Amino acid sequence: MTDVLPISFSLNGQAIAIDVPTHTLLIDLIRDRLGLKGTKRSCDMEVCGACTVLLDGEPISSCTTLAVDVDQREVTTIEGVTPPDGLSRIQKAFVLHGGLQCGFCTPGFIMAVTALLKATPHPTDEQIRHYLHGNLCRCTGYTKIFEAVRSLAAEQVSEDAA
Amino acid sequence: MLPSPFAFERPSTIADAVRAVRESGDGMFYSGGTELLLAMKMRVIHTDRLIDIKGILGLDRIVLNDANDIEIGARCTHNKIAGDPVIREHVPALSSLCANVANVRVRSVGTIGGNLCFGEPHADPPTMLAALDARLVLNGPGGTRVVHADDFIRSELETVREPDEVLTVIVFPRPTGPVTYRRFKHGERPSVNVAMAWSLGSGGRTIRSARVRVGALGSRPQPLKAIEDVLQGISVAEVRPAIEAVLPTALGELEVNEDRHGGADYKRHLAGVLLLRNAEEAIAAAGSA
Repeated sequence: MTDVLPISFSLNGQAIAIDVPTHTLLIDLIRDRLGLKGTKRSCDMEVCGACTVLLDGEPISSCTTLAVDVDQREVTTIEGVTPPDGLSRIQKAFVLHGGLQCGFCTPGFIMAVTALLKATPHPTDEQIRHYLHGNLCRCTGYTKIFEAVRSLAAEQVSEDAA
Repeated sequence: MLPSPFAFERPSTIADAVRAVRESGDGMFYSGGTELLLAMKMRVIHTDRLIDIKGILGLDRIVLNDANDIEIGARCTHNKIAGDPVIREHVPALSSLCANVANVRVRSVGTIGGNLCFGEPHADPPTMLAALDARLVLNGPGGTRVVHADDFIRSELETVREPDEVLTVIVFPRPTGPVTYRRFKHGERPSVNVAMAWSLGSGGRTIRSARVRVGALGSRPQPLKAIEDVLQGISVAEVRPAIEAVLPTALGELEVNEDRHGGADYKRHLAGVLLLRNAEEAIAAAGSA
């Protein structure tokens, strides 16, 4: 018998109420039942960061999070930080600096950088490296990603423009 | 991969949590899940019931108590400990250790109690907590018992905690001298780590006692008894030659598993390098105190 629990949470600002089997993983709820395919599964063991989403603003690995654990909380995915009419300033910086090639790891990087800049709007080089250490990219060699984030760190932006 | 189905409960008290595990066949306490869910996904751990302890109030407190002990609730995440003002002031090395466990996502949800209870040999916190002479408070059906960090991990992935005992708090005396920690790693888990805690005599120029633990080499953190003995009572200025004189003997006594992190000689060598670097840092800290 499969245990099912009702959960209510905010997904990218939208209220969701849904019944989930207790062993459902957050990534499967987001991708397969709620249809948001931007979050990627890769290593499936919390190491690569491709499945990063924000839970109450903190980055987590959705591949190793139970869906029942987001009950009464706020989940933000790559779809939630992408403006309807284009790209966010973080996404634009990745494009401008060539911070992506195949793009599979990019949603995870964008979510991690979103959380980093919210906590630390002007991170030092050391802080950028430390924070992004847990996101793996097999294409870029990281230099371009680092340059993209560094360009954002130097920007002065008002709260509402972020 | 999906874990097998299980029942999920959210007790609001320690007593209810213990009862819930006791009443189920093989129920398990659950908090961050950063180790447990991985093992369940790989189907190396099976449980028919997860008992989520995140709703129990008070398990994420960090305080310096009236007995001059630091108490860390078992459910504190690595992130919380890293940023906590009490830990930053009194044990900055622990703050730094927690700021570097695995990666930012694991630190968001992974807890220090879960880390200890998993008993993974390649882990950061157990080595330092053993050097700090921490006591771990376990609450079970028969009440409370206290286990020293040195005695908690029995062997790889195995602790002395009974299935129906929940780790609630980690307690250690506020350090009275430099605490240092270093590790060497290839991936996210330490290949070798060394923690050292000195208690300084009045004036801060002599070492009253030292605790040194080496982790990740064997099944659990090990003391470097010969180093502790030689450091006891000497002046800070004499530390380096004193350590060097007994280092080969001390390292030779370590139990070392050869694994993908390296061969035994290599890892012993690394332990010695990390220890001497810790000593340099501790000497500098004692000098500036």
